[in-house]
Amino acid sequence: MLEYRVEIALWAISGIIPFFMLNIWTNNNLNESINLSDVMLSRYFLCAFFVRQFSVVWVVFSFEEDSLMGKVSPYLIQPLNPFFRYFAQHLAEQITRFPFALIIAFFFFIFNPESLWIPNLGILFLSIVSTFLSFLIQFLIQSIVACLCFWTEKASSVERLLFIPTLFLSGLLAPVVSFPAYVKSWIYLTPFPYLIDFPANLLSGNETNISGGLSMQILWIFLLFPLFKKIWSEGTKKYTAMGS
Amino acid sequence: MNLRKYLKVYKKFLHTSLASELEYKTNILVDLITAILSLVGSIFLLSIFFQNNGYIGGWKFEQALIIQAIYTILNGITNTWFNPNLTEIVKHIREGTLDFVLLKPIDSQFFISLKKINPSGFLEIMLGFFLLLFCIRINQINLSLSFLSLSLITISCSICILYSLWFFISTTTIWFVKTWNAIEVLRSFLYIGRFPLNSFSFSLRIFFSIFIPIAFITTIPSEVFLGLSQLWKILVEVIVASVFLITSRKFWLFALKFYSSASS
Repeated sequence: MLEYRVEIALWAISGIIPFFMLNIWTNNNLNESINLSDVMLSRYFLCAFFVRQFSVVWVVFSFEEDSLMGKVSPYLIQPLNPFFRYFAQHLAEQITRFPFALIIAFFFFIFNPESLWIPNLGILFLSIVSTFLSFLIQFLIQSIVACLCFWTEKASSVERLLFIPTLFLSGLLAPVVSFPAYVKSWIYLTPFPYLIDFPANLLSGNETNISGGLSMQILWIFLLFPLFKKIWSEGTKKYTAMGS
Repeated sequence: MNLRKYLKVYKKFLHTSLASELEYKTNILVDLITAILSLVGSIFLLSIFFQNNGYIGGWKFEQALIIQAIYTILNGITNTWFNPNLTEIVKHIREGTLDFVLLKPIDSQFFISLKKINPSGFLEIMLGFFLLLFCIRINQINLSLSFLSLSLITISCSICILYSLWFFISTTTIWFVKTWNAIEVLRSFLYIGRFPLNSFSFSLRIFFSIFIPIAFITTIPSEVFLGLSQLWKILVEVIVASVFLITSRKFWLFALKFYSSASS
């Protein structure tokens, strides 16, 4: 992974959309209406950036490429589920991305020194846990989509479709608190706000329901995991190697 | 350059790539739903911004919708032409098949920039046009000949700038081989084009008009639609677009000197 330092640095930069959004929010004083001070909002978006960096998943694209290239067949013979392989790749890349994310955070604090804060250890631990759970949810959803490759071969377009609600509803571009009431009434039943909004609120010290959020994350994992196992076993039965 | 020959070749490109893309019919449907949802999503985001404010950076909600419409059209153009072709360049260079392109008795930039087409982007362009027509109605814009020609000029300049940006990054593949992530960076910067430039702080505004001219891509055409744009801004956009086009061409020819095929 360390061989691709420039790649990973660029990827870290490509995640800076939350900072642009922060700029729109504070520059137009939009946060006054949702009772969030500039400092809290900037902490929120910084945390959203961090959570996003450590929960990005691209397993669909790897799996689609491997299955189109016929690399899945040798993986299937091995006694390990190939998704463990992708899982390990994701974890390794997250660790390599950590220093770059820190550098970006460092620059962020130079420009916004008043938003510097140190979360206490308990909160830090809980937010790392919830970021990891958010990563697990996204990994499971994408793995389910990736299994569609067994039927359609081009599953990445489904993933691009699913990415749209993730982008707009997860809190990456605007905190969920600011959403209109007709959206807030149902959004907490979907997995989206637990992907970025919940861990970011937790880490930045904004108001959030800690036990409720964590249990919803765990609930979604328990719902998605059997679904993944089911679609995986169906898919592998259906699978025929290329050229057979 | 023989224009007729190029037109004829382009017709063949269109035919072959449409035929191959239509093999994936459900894909096109999924892409259409994606385009619609993404437009709905960004209008939703915009409505959050305008929830308690009448103006953002001096733009009303109805006016900001024009920017969304132009962004959608340009994004559709990106998805139809730039994205499929320029990701192909990366493949050409990595696998060494660029040799075959260079050997052809046709301009290499023409070939690699227009070879492929992705029909699902058309639907996005149409979606953008519908939104634009709707905006023209709700903003009560009078259609006159000078207005139409000015907006046509600015939008085509935006397309040129956008093309050059994409082409620049893909050209760097000759040195760096892998540029997926550089493309991701460009994509995330282009995302800014969904919002009026004035809604950003001064330093970002400078950054987005000098270093990466995203400001020119959507804001100036939208100002033309609202009749707010001064003539000098349009002139600057024309100059920027031609500078970008010429440098991207020069850069491609320069980069080709460094191309040494795969495994050599």
